[in-house]
Amino acid sequence: MSLTPQDISRIANLARLELQPEEQARMLNKINDFFGIVEQIRAVDTTGVVPMAHPVDAMQGAHIELRLRPDVASEPNQRDLNQRSAPAVERGLFLVPKVIE
Amino acid sequence: MTTLHDMSVAQLAQALQTKQVSAVEVATAFLARTGGNPHNAFLDIDSEVTLAQAQASDARIAAGTAGALEGVPIAHKDVFVTRDFATTAGSKILSGYRSPFDATVVQKLGASELGGAGMVSLGKVNCDEFAMGSANENSAYGAVTNPWDTSRVPGGSSGGSAAAVAARLAPAATGTDTGGSIRQPASFCGITGIKPTYGRASRYGMIAYASSLDQAGPMARTAEDCALLLSAMCGADLDRDSTSLDVPAENFSAKLGDSLAGLRIGIPKEFFGEGLAADVRTAIDAALKTLEAEGAKLVPITLPRTELAIPVYYIIAPAEASSNLSRFDGVKFGHRAKDYTDLVSMYKKTRAEGFGEEVKRRIMTGAYVLSHGYYDAYYLQAQKIRRMIADDFQRAFAECDVIAGPVAPTVAWKLGNNASDPLADYLADIFTLPASLAGLPGMSVPVGFGADNMPVGMQLIGNYLQEARLLNVAHQYQLHTDFHNAKPEGV
Repeated sequence: MSLTPQDISRIANLARLELQPEEQARMLNKINDFFGIVEQIRAVDTTGVVPMAHPVDAMQGAHIELRLRPDVASEPNQRDLNQRSAPAVERGLFLVPKVIE
Repeated sequence: MTTLHDMSVAQLAQALQTKQVSAVEVATAFLARTGGNPHNAFLDIDSEVTLAQAQASDARIAAGTAGALEGVPIAHKDVFVTRDFATTAGSKILSGYRSPFDATVVQKLGASELGGAGMVSLGKVNCDEFAMGSANENSAYGAVTNPWDTSRVPGGSSGGSAAAVAARLAPAATGTDTGGSIRQPASFCGITGIKPTYGRASRYGMIAYASSLDQAGPMARTAEDCALLLSAMCGADLDRDSTSLDVPAENFSAKLGDSLAGLRIGIPKEFFGEGLAADVRTAIDAALKTLEAEGAKLVPITLPRTELAIPVYYIIAPAEASSNLSRFDGVKFGHRAKDYTDLVSMYKKTRAEGFGEEVKRRIMTGAYVLSHGYYDAYYLQAQKIRRMIADDFQRAFAECDVIAGPVAPTVAWKLGNNASDPLADYLADIFTLPASLAGLPGMSVPVGFGADNMPVGMQLIGNYLQEARLLNVAHQYQLHTDFHNAKPEGV
């Protein structure tokens, strides 16, 4: 299976990346090179295999479970520090282009 | 006393604690070496910050409140966020970024009044952009050169860490390993590095590439040093990292002296096939003979899905990356494009300008395999094979205690060699990817030299939480060999 230039445009839009035409062409070639080695995974019989999202669930015998922390505020307010690397800030708010006319 | 920059972490800690040398003297000696930035290993150096930390260390030593590694210098890979140094993850999109906090690993190694080991930070070291690469050529701030031959790559993605330690610019460095990014540069630069079991070291403050794979670990010259550093870095961080393992802290130095008599070393036949360069194989075979002479037994095993680890990894890691890197949008931190028409165009132009080619490629690949119609065929199928790969290891560990083989199929290649062929870099990750996918601990130990006098690393893989065993094997090997003490010409 090969990707088409249309796939690249569609995915670039989903991924919020602006690609120049020559960049699109190079991207298409390289990704298709990669999918050349991906095809072998489709031939593997994985009937009944539970997908492994995470190594922790493969640590049999370790009895380790993923956990959620209590839903309480634990971090101090560091607004100024958190905003010091932002490109545009005004009165403690992150500025973005106008979204609603 | 040995020259300061030739001393190991253990030796420096000892000299500092017995007041043979001060932390300021040690820091000054290393700052003199990092001046001019040899090998382009560093991305941020600030002698004032380093010397202030060293003075604080000297005060703690004088007051008798020193941490375990008080005053010993370390360099941090630039994917760990730091309050006192800039953090870029090797990317233009984070240029000038200053984190409001230190990553847990940085904190655990740092000032002892915050519960750390008391190490002094020499600054931040170069890496592939967002840790995506196997040669450190994907850094937005230029490639790092290999101290053994400056026309060659240092490996990646922790290439700055490996080059800094090999060139004696730092006695130790932190690294991160997603698909081999500690083990492979350690191998290419002739140093020792360990990636612990997934979940051992906190990921809090480690800029995420692929969250189900990313793991921090130490890089230094000896297994003894790695054990000291790993003991300080690991530990449960239950409130801040949902995948942090709830297991007690461990002293990884405790078993270094154990005998290897009766140790069963699994030799996976898939790691010794025709893809393995003859010079690497010769060095690995000799190392295995040394271990046999210490009483270990070699056991043939099979990891039949080794080759499949490449497509499986390069589906899963980009899928996770495409999600993790969505936070870089020009709003909250870092770079923002100058010209745009609306919010979406600001996102698109910011990301187009801020990300390098390999990062864009992985975001695209990831978004594709997660997209409607392809999710089951690629992403879910890869996760199923990931399970089979993890199961293969458990079958192997029924017959052996540790697994040994090469870290990489060849020694370090020439800079620019794979520039037009990213797939060649992917294929060279074949021996490190399986343990990464399973979440197992793995390490690289220098075992000699191959073609053109370039270092060769042997990989040791252990079962979950068996880091102490790996460090024990590596330490016993280093007691009987001298490759870890070899240094590049002119260093």
